[in-house]
Amino acid sequence: MSEIRGCGGTGKAPHGATGRGPDPLHDSNRRGFLGSAVAALAGVALAPGIRLIDLAGARAPEQAASGKVRWGMLIDTSKCATGCNDCVSACSRENGLQDTGRPRTDAQWIRKIDLRDLRSQQQHSAPVMCQHCAEPPCVDVCPTGASFKRADGIVLVDKHTCIGCRYCVMACPYKARSFVHQNLADQKPEVPRGKGTVEGCTLCVHRVDRGGGPACADACSAAGHGAMVFGDLNDPQSAVAQRLRELPNRALRADLRLDPGIRYSGV
Amino acid sequence: MTGRIAIAAVVLAAIAAAAWAAGSSRVARPVVSIAKPGQCVEATEVMRRDHMKLLMHQRDRTMREGVRTKTHSLAGCVECHASAKTGSVLGSDGFCQGCHAYAGVRLDCFECHASKVARMAQNELPK
Repeated sequence: MSEIRGCGGTGKAPHGATGRGPDPLHDSNRRGFLGSAVAALAGVALAPGIRLIDLAGARAPEQAASGKVRWGMLIDTSKCATGCNDCVSACSRENGLQDTGRPRTDAQWIRKIDLRDLRSQQQHSAPVMCQHCAEPPCVDVCPTGASFKRADGIVLVDKHTCIGCRYCVMACPYKARSFVHQNLADQKPEVPRGKGTVEGCTLCVHRVDRGGGPACADACSAAGHGAMVFGDLNDPQSAVAQRLRELPNRALRADLRLDPGIRYSGV
Repeated sequence: MTGRIAIAAVVLAAIAAAAWAAGSSRVARPVVSIAKPGQCVEATEVMRRDHMKLLMHQRDRTMREGVRTKTHSLAGCVECHASAKTGSVLGSDGFCQGCHAYAGVRLDCFECHASKVARMAQNELPK
C-alpha cells in the first residue's frame, strides 16, 4: 500500500508545479488503490469461511487451491530399494502413460535414479520427478505462460496454451519434463495428454484436489516401503512436516535455490 | 396479356407453396442423437450458442485454480452425451462430432481429452 501511495505522490508533484489540472493517470491510480483496499476488506470478510473449510480437511470442489497450502513430499532413500519400480509403474497406470517401445522419446514423469559414491561405494536409489519448485525455472522461461505454478505450489503445464517450444525442458535442472511426439489415444479422463505439448509430473493434481495423494506415494506405502511421504509442508501437524523435522534431508541441487517441494533424505 | 400474367402468378405461387410444404427437408440437418434426453446444465438455446464459452471458462478454473465442479466440465458433457452404442461423443453420429461436422467447426478437445465415458475407458485399459 505504501508503495502505491509513494507512486501517486511522485506523480502528482510535477503536474501540480506546471498547473496542468487533474491528471487522468493519477486519478486512475487512486481508483486502483481504492479498488485494492475494497478487495483487501473483502478478503478479511471471507477469511473466516475459508479457515473453517481448512480445518475440515479437504477443500470443497468449488473452492480454488489455496496459497496457505504447499504440497510436497519427503523421499527417504534409505527405504527405497534399488530395482524397485513400484512408484514408476503406479505413475504410468494412473496417468495413462503407455510404453510405445521407444524409450528415448516416451514421456517420463518419474524415473528411478541409482547413485553410487565412488569413494565409499555407498549406493542409493531414489525416484526423481518434477520437484515442484517454489521458484520454478520452467515457469520463468515459458513464452506463453503455459508453464505455471498453482497457488498451492504444484507446477503444471496448461496444455491449452503450450506451443511445444520445449524451453522448459531445457530449463529444468531435474530433467523432469517430457515432450509428446506422437498422437495419443485412450487418455485417462482426468489426465488429458496430447501431441505437441510438454508434460511432467502433476503431483497427481486430480487426486490431490479430491483430498488424496499422488499415485507414486500411495503405491510406495501400499507395498510397505513407506519411502515417499506426501503432505502439506506448511502444516506443522502433517506427516511430511513431522518427518522433515525428524530426518536430515536436503533438496536436490540446493545450490540453485529453487526451494523444491520434494525433499530427499539419505543422499 | 393479363391472362398470361395471371397464369404465371398462379404457377409461381404453386411452386412457392410446394417449396414451403417441403420445408426443412430440403436443407440438410445435423445428426444429433441424444442418448439421455432431458434437461442439460443450461437451457438448450444457451448450450447451442455458448457451450464453448462455458467450457473455456471451466477449463481455466480447473487448470489454474483446481476447481473441479462437474456442472460445466467436459467430462460432464461426455458422461451424459456419449452414445449408448459406442460410449463416445465422437463418430459420425456422436453427439459432439455429428454437429461439429455439420457446422464445419474443428473439434480438437478430444485430441487430448477422453471422448469416452470413464467407466468404458477404464474397462479397456490393460490390467
